[in-house]
Amino acid sequence: MQFGIFTVSDVTTDPTDDTTPTEGERIKALVTIAKKAEEVGLDVFALGEHHNPPFVSSSPTTMLGYIAAQTTDLILSTSTTLITTNDPVKIAEDYAMLQHLADGRVDVMMGRGNTGPVYPWFGKDIRDGIPLAIENYALLHRLWREDFVDWQGQYRTPLQGFQSTPRPLDGVPPFVWHGSIRSPEIAEQAAFYGDGFFANNIFWPKEHYMRLIGYYRQRFEHYGHGTAAQAIVGLGGQAFMRAKSQDAVNEFRPYFDNAPVYGHGPSMEDFTAQTPLTVGSPQEVIDKYAGMREHFGDYQRQLFLMDHAGLPLKTVLEQLDILGEEVVPVLRKEFAVNRPADVPEGPTHAALVAARDAAAVAEVSA
Amino acid sequence: MKRLAVVVAGLSQPSSTRLLADRLTEAVVRAVGEEVEVTVVELRDVAQDVTNNLLTGFPSPKLDAAIQAVTGADGLIAVTPIFTTSYSGLFKSFIDVLDPQSLTGMPVLLGATGGTERHSLAIDYAMRPLFTYLHANPVSTGVYAASSDWGSEAGLHDRIERGAAELAALVRVSDRSQRVSDPFALPEGFSPVGGFGAQ
Repeated sequence: MQFGIFTVSDVTTDPTDDTTPTEGERIKALVTIAKKAEEVGLDVFALGEHHNPPFVSSSPTTMLGYIAAQTTDLILSTSTTLITTNDPVKIAEDYAMLQHLADGRVDVMMGRGNTGPVYPWFGKDIRDGIPLAIENYALLHRLWREDFVDWQGQYRTPLQGFQSTPRPLDGVPPFVWHGSIRSPEIAEQAAFYGDGFFANNIFWPKEHYMRLIGYYRQRFEHYGHGTAAQAIVGLGGQAFMRAKSQDAVNEFRPYFDNAPVYGHGPSMEDFTAQTPLTVGSPQEVIDKYAGMREHFGDYQRQLFLMDHAGLPLKTVLEQLDILGEEVVPVLRKEFAVNRPADVPEGPTHAALVAARDAAAVAEVSA
Repeated sequence: MKRLAVVVAGLSQPSSTRLLADRLTEAVVRAVGEEVEVTVVELRDVAQDVTNNLLTGFPSPKLDAAIQAVTGADGLIAVTPIFTTSYSGLFKSFIDVLDPQSLTGMPVLLGATGGTERHSLAIDYAMRPLFTYLHANPVSTGVYAASSDWGSEAGLHDRIERGAAELAALVRVSDRSQRVSDPFALPEGFSPVGGFGAQ
């Protein structure tokens, strides 16, 4: 079981003192946050991709490469990589390069992105979102697995004998997650390839994601990648903690009330009752997230959103201390209890290489 | 058994909009002639939930129950006060949080209230296009009640009976409430590797 954080890289005014970090400050803060994640024993740092303010993360592999150079164990991932508007050829090359530089500590989460105007900036149309995600990934999947690719599709120029470089590290492509909030097509795609499925899980009630993940697990088995229980599932989450529950509530409330996405809407009490957001003591966070596998089955990766809505860097680092020192160690123990032996661990490059080699040996001996 | 949903956008309590909705409901239930389970959704009771849904993208459990009752019914009575030439903002906001496909084929009886009969065509010029856009099936008679109608001899009663008979005829043959919807139904021809010209 892997634990980590994911960020959307928003530059948001702190509602308590009306200060706003510069883009430069926020970019450096993200690096500090990633290094802190490794320091407190988390496994994963995942970075979003956006091409419009108030977000700063337009160039994820640049930042992840910089973080890779300053960390040793942290898995670097994305949340998400825009499979719709990026050229799949460039994704293949950028992330293979990152994979080499980071010695395999890289995986990727595919997503469609959000708002309509972004698509035409990259020559695309949001109404083609699903077909773009399907076709572009079909090409990316081949580029990472076949040395020379002939390709013809609807959305990019054809390729004849094209080889993307560098080739994936050890001949094993980065593990891929597919992120979706509501589309069964994406769950179907993840299941077809035997890839991971990540449910954002933070903005909607868990019942919705339970149905979506249930569907993905069922289709994963249908396509012959293993049992439904062995499908690779990741979940988002969100927490704010202080030693005393009421201190957490009081401190986080102005950030909640003014947050992008849900601010000025439901009360924090309603939202915490209806979604996985937990504001309270570390024990309350442990209780909420230890219960997730009751709803979703044993899963592989839990990411927390910890640094949005204008929270100052100092506060975020304090939150990571609590998460890494008080919450995750207990969750690791809780999740290990009665976990079936045949449920896979969170994906790593080493495990993928070992699986590939084992399959090759099996083929030779058969 | 048939299910009938009644959406009421009246703001005051008691409201003339609810009064009209109750009259329509009574007439429809009587005209259907078999057991009818009626669910009345007073939008005032879920007004904050509707706003929150617009902001967050998901319904609260309370609003979700109302949405399920409306979209899973065999027939719908929709009654709104006419504000500034059209349905009320709350009424439209509720329609906006419904899945745009969820009212396809829904038999609907349109009703509206207002201070003056001069607004009566709002049913046909504002409400009806909204429901036809959603591929719902509004019956041809809409029932408008102005303040003056509540004190007059006939007219309103006849319109209620006529509209109710039209809706009841569709409710009697509807199987909407018995249908099982598959939220994960993939589009026809969908291929996970791209049935879109990709190899």
